[in-house]
Amino acid sequence: MTTTSTTVTVPDLSLVVLVGATGSGKSTFAARHFKPTETISSDFCRGLVSDDENDQSASKDAFDVLHYIVGKRLAAGRLTVVDATNVQPETRKQLVRLAREHDVLPVAIVLDIPEDVCAERNAARPDRAGVARRVIQRHQRELRRSLKHLEREGFRKVHVLRGVEKVAAAEVVRERRFNDLRHLTGPFDIVGDVHGCRSELESLLTALGYGLVRDGSGRPVDAVHPEGRTAVFVGDLVDRGPDSPGVLRLVMGMVAAGHALCVPGNHENKLGRFLDGRQVKLSHGLAETAGQLEREAEREPEFREQVRAFIDSLVSHYVLDGGQLVVCHAGLPEKYHGRTSGRVRSHALYGDTTGETDEFGLPVRYPWAEDYRGRAAVVYGHTPTPSATWLNNTICLDTGAVFGGKLTALRWPERELVDVPAEQVWYEPVKPLATEAPGGADGRPLDLADVTGRRVVETRHLGRVAVKEENAAAALEVMSRFAVDPRQLVYLPPTMAPCATSKEEGYLEHPAEAFAAYRAEGVRQVICEEKHMGSRAVVLVCRDEETARERFGAAEGLPGAVFTRTGRPFFDDAGLAGRLLGRLGEAVGGAGLWEELDTDWLLLDAELMPWSLKATGLLRHQYAAVGAAARTAFPGALAALEAAAARGVDVSALLDRQRERAEDAAAFTQAYGRYCWPVGGSGEDALEGIRLAPFQILAAQGRSLAALPHDEQLALIDRIVESDGAGVLAPTRRLLVDTGDEASVAEGTRWWLELTAAGGEGMVVKPLGAHVRGADGRLVQPGIKCRGREYLRIIYGPDYTRPENLSRLRIRHLGHKRSLALREYALGLEALDRLAAGEPLWRIHEAVFAVLALESEPVDPRL
Amino acid sequence: MFLTISASGTPGRPATDLGFLLHKHPDKAQQFSTSHGTAHVLYPEASAERCTAALLLEVDMVALVRRGKDKGRGGAPDAALAQYVNDRPYAASSLLAVAIGSVFSSAVKGQCAARPELPGQELPLRIEVPVLPARGGAALVERLFAPLGWTVTARPVELDERFPEWGASRYVSLVLEGELRLSDALRHLYVLLPVLDDGKHYWVTPDEVDKLLRHGEGWLEGHPEQRLITSRYLAGRWSLTRDALERLALARLAEADDSEAEELDNAVDEKEDTEERPVPLAVQRRAAIVDALRTAGAARVLDLGCGQGQLVGELLKDVRFTEIVGVDVSVRALKEASRRLRLDRMPERQAARVALMQGSLAYTDRRLAGYDAAVLSEVVEHLDLPRLPALEYAVFGAARPATVVVTTPNVEYNVRWETLPAGHVRHADHRFEWTREEFRDWAAKVAERHGYAVEFIPVGPDDPEVGPPTQMAVFHRHDQHEAPAEGSGHAKRNEHDRHHKHDRHYKHDQRNTTRTHETPKEAEAV
Repeated sequence: MTTTSTTVTVPDLSLVVLVGATGSGKSTFAARHFKPTETISSDFCRGLVSDDENDQSASKDAFDVLHYIVGKRLAAGRLTVVDATNVQPETRKQLVRLAREHDVLPVAIVLDIPEDVCAERNAARPDRAGVARRVIQRHQRELRRSLKHLEREGFRKVHVLRGVEKVAAAEVVRERRFNDLRHLTGPFDIVGDVHGCRSELESLLTALGYGLVRDGSGRPVDAVHPEGRTAVFVGDLVDRGPDSPGVLRLVMGMVAAGHALCVPGNHENKLGRFLDGRQVKLSHGLAETAGQLEREAEREPEFREQVRAFIDSLVSHYVLDGGQLVVCHAGLPEKYHGRTSGRVRSHALYGDTTGETDEFGLPVRYPWAEDYRGRAAVVYGHTPTPSATWLNNTICLDTGAVFGGKLTALRWPERELVDVPAEQVWYEPVKPLATEAPGGADGRPLDLADVTGRRVVETRHLGRVAVKEENAAAALEVMSRFAVDPRQLVYLPPTMAPCATSKEEGYLEHPAEAFAAYRAEGVRQVICEEKHMGSRAVVLVCRDEETARERFGAAEGLPGAVFTRTGRPFFDDAGLAGRLLGRLGEAVGGAGLWEELDTDWLLLDAELMPWSLKATGLLRHQYAAVGAAARTAFPGALAALEAAAARGVDVSALLDRQRERAEDAAAFTQAYGRYCWPVGGSGEDALEGIRLAPFQILAAQGRSLAALPHDEQLALIDRIVESDGAGVLAPTRRLLVDTGDEASVAEGTRWWLELTAAGGEGMVVKPLGAHVRGADGRLVQPGIKCRGREYLRIIYGPDYTRPENLSRLRIRHLGHKRSLALREYALGLEALDRLAAGEPLWRIHEAVFAVLALESEPVDPRL
Repeated sequence: MFLTISASGTPGRPATDLGFLLHKHPDKAQQFSTSHGTAHVLYPEASAERCTAALLLEVDMVALVRRGKDKGRGGAPDAALAQYVNDRPYAASSLLAVAIGSVFSSAVKGQCAARPELPGQELPLRIEVPVLPARGGAALVERLFAPLGWTVTARPVELDERFPEWGASRYVSLVLEGELRLSDALRHLYVLLPVLDDGKHYWVTPDEVDKLLRHGEGWLEGHPEQRLITSRYLAGRWSLTRDALERLALARLAEADDSEAEELDNAVDEKEDTEERPVPLAVQRRAAIVDALRTAGAARVLDLGCGQGQLVGELLKDVRFTEIVGVDVSVRALKEASRRLRLDRMPERQAARVALMQGSLAYTDRRLAGYDAAVLSEVVEHLDLPRLPALEYAVFGAARPATVVVTTPNVEYNVRWETLPAGHVRHADHRFEWTREEFRDWAAKVAERHGYAVEFIPVGPDDPEVGPPTQMAVFHRHDQHEAPAEGSGHAKRNEHDRHHKHDRHYKHDQRNTTRTHETPKEAEAV
């Protein structure tokens, strides 16, 4: 389209190419109508690479830079103006190619200014005064020659502004792209491939709550929803089915009345070409449609032309609802959303194929949805599947109505599916419907690009959480080599910060600090939970093996998964894991929680005891070794010192010190020994000695339970523990404390002293509610641990309590640990929320992977 | 940490001469500040008949850790917890050797200004080290000290009597008796305490070789265990510092799991299968792989799970391999590969043929698409079986190279390894080892699912009963044959050649796709 009007319209995403001789006023024009950042000039790029904006010898490099910048802007979806003479076809060809590569429309604006004016303007500029007259003349010649070819070169719009006045009077108007309906927020009812099944469509619209409007002959010509909802058709309205004209009449009526939107399917496209009189093979059901239309034309001669015009008006895809929803016929990768080019249209209508054909002679489709990582939901049709399932935020609504399946609609934003069964098999399929939506339950692996490199994970509770590249690298190794299947690894627990360092004599940690911390944040209701000393275990328990297999891809014989803080299987022996899960599942059932929580699975955070079960290597090589060395070293050393003292040598200070150290070493040996005991017999007795103490129910089918207050959490868990007759499950003792009440705080401290005096590891103080925010609106620590004085010998060494050691160890830097604890907490909640929302696996895995990556950040390991 | 040195004497040659030799007065308790804490010297007994000097080193763990180089944020020490709960204050480790060297320096050198004749004399000595870390156990202690003239009593120390199932610790209580010069005795201790320790030292100095030569003079050269002593004394010190940074991140993850760092950080095998000590089977395996790649006509090759880069190095020698990409999930292995291949010093043209990158076969990876061949050499057995389908899809479904070479141990052959106890896998990280049938079964299914043909080639001596030690499968993508299915002579000939080349040859050809190129117009169907 070439215009000479002073109103210059450009699509809001396009590549605008200014064409004009030197001195024609391109830069002035660009500055007047476009943002400075939208305009890239060749002069500017010459300056960048050569320090001289007029150095023509630098042109090649300058245009490389220009193309690079333009490419980056177009990829980011930004309108871009190229300010260069662009009078030669070769330079324009490169720009048209660039626009096509990024699927935006190229637009040319020609400034056709008399030679004298150009020369005058150049003369007035010191840096251009030297431009020869013949250069301007050459530019003018080339421009004239170019004018009639611009459209053929690929410019979708060509605006020619002839003369100084026209240029001065010009007004640039940006128009929205046809596919950009982001301002429409629905709500929508998106309808899958109808294929001439008019009766089923009537039933579906009725089921969706639309009222049908019929013409005098009783034929439906519109459908109206009382709440003003809009229907959206994903195309393939026609062919194969019994009444394609009837479907067209209804949909065309709805679209004309503003009650529906419609994108074209490949069948509409082919029908359109047929109606245009082009040579088309009457295959794949087109013959039926052609016959039906012919009969229709006998009654209503103008209908054929209406259909032709309707199909001609259809836009390949729509971006709706603020950009959150994309509707098209055959699916669309994110980089094509809102773009305009031949290949975008082709993908929207036909999808992507691998170039191969399958055993039925049909093209093998490229599973683009498996690669999809976009934020917008893509709703499409085209590929018949038995039922519609979400995959990576995309859903195919073609459920094969014409093949005797069903006609399906998606309510948006509710994301509810509504369907009606086909009344009969209207057309025999060439091949059986795929048993699964592409990539469905057979668990396609995740893509490396989802996890590696520096990443930022958006979390609901803490905004953007960054993961450094080196931490992602370490996590990748552990995740790949050791972790359980990502389908089961839906959560990893966060680290937890200890309380501020106590100044209490003889103590490094003391609950007074934890209570004070929450009091300062304005949190009054806290719960003190006994800290079990074992190894952290996340337990996914399913009602039965079938649920575990279908929902989480679990292996045969395993009703769930038990994994460690780094996602590794807790037990080397899958049989043992199976037994434990079986026992737990029975207990959950016994407590009636499957029904009460309306779920077939539960995700639990727990501690598995004894410590020696998992940490045997560490115990043998580290803890017990230190104990053995100390136990064996001191008798000789003390005897030597006593003998020297008996001889009158003054060693009293050293002797006293060594005696104390010997006692400290004995206390250390005592400390780790409390957390060790033998387990397991064989067969039925394999669980002997093993204790599982769940302390939080994280999630159930369709919801995160992380927000459930801890007292309610523990009450549910108590019921599970009680219904376990075998004593494998252990309860978690707790105490509610009001941080604002001195007596209550004192009671909390006393409780902790008792717990730790009896050999307990300590306790965790948590706000009673979940994701509590402090006075400043920021997330408070979800828990603060207070570890017992004796337990800490395992952490800080046998004689950490000696005053000279304690005074130095009190210098602890808690800031990083606290920040890490919050970030991991937010990521864990995010994973649970994404799981609950039924988000694609990569989205859940992204958050879980980030927790593991953060765990490899350097932080004082004693905290 | 603590040891005693006793001498017995006679009225003519009193045991208290020990005080002169050690340059420490028997009636005083003396203390010396050393780099790791305070050393005390005192004498529990000092008579003409018997004189005992005790060396007691009070190690200041808090200071030791605080001084550590690997600081985390905020100056907090950053290393495995191991450092804080540590046997150094109790066991006679390299720190004690350092203390001997500094506190008794003149005695070590054999100098005694007051009684110059004494150092040359042999004394009836008794040395007690109650807690000696002894990698190699009591037997090695015996082998190290006995040839030097000591009567050795080394009693293993139990880990924890409450948990007898944990067994013995790595410590022994050591008593040495013999008539030796004190200087020699001290130099034995100076060298052999670190040798017996498990190699985790805090100190690294460039003059260790000099120290070893000086302290080993006169006894080390003739020692039957000289090689072991030398390599252990000098080993560990360098490797510990070299790639400490990559290891820390993994160590932290192991710690989060209450595991030892080695449990996760085992991708680089320091002891086995390295280029320095080529295992013949590994060499044969690489030759077989290169052979298969040549036969397939591959030029652009992926080595998936390249480890320390041995195969990459082999492929670099043949210019027909124009692009060689080594992929491994272990950053440490890649660093090691890069170091071995000397990538930073390789000529530009050659370096352009090779790339190393971190990747994981648990995920699909777009960078891996479009190659002629991929090698999975001794990789699959390092994955848990339930995770194998992910690898299968990443390689055969997503990357889809024309040729895939897979090698894995043949478990049937394990009975032929004399050193391998029955029922054991060949490497601690092997999650499984397959029989020939299991491997062929897996490979045939993979081939069927993804449109490949597969042949099997034995690597190493093909035992008539149990097969070869390594089994290899070569997969060819169907559309790689120059003509489809019913086959051109060329493809046939090719297979024929291969058949002659290898004695054993199994072929599963699962063709389930026919190929023709469809135009987008025809793609409209459905």
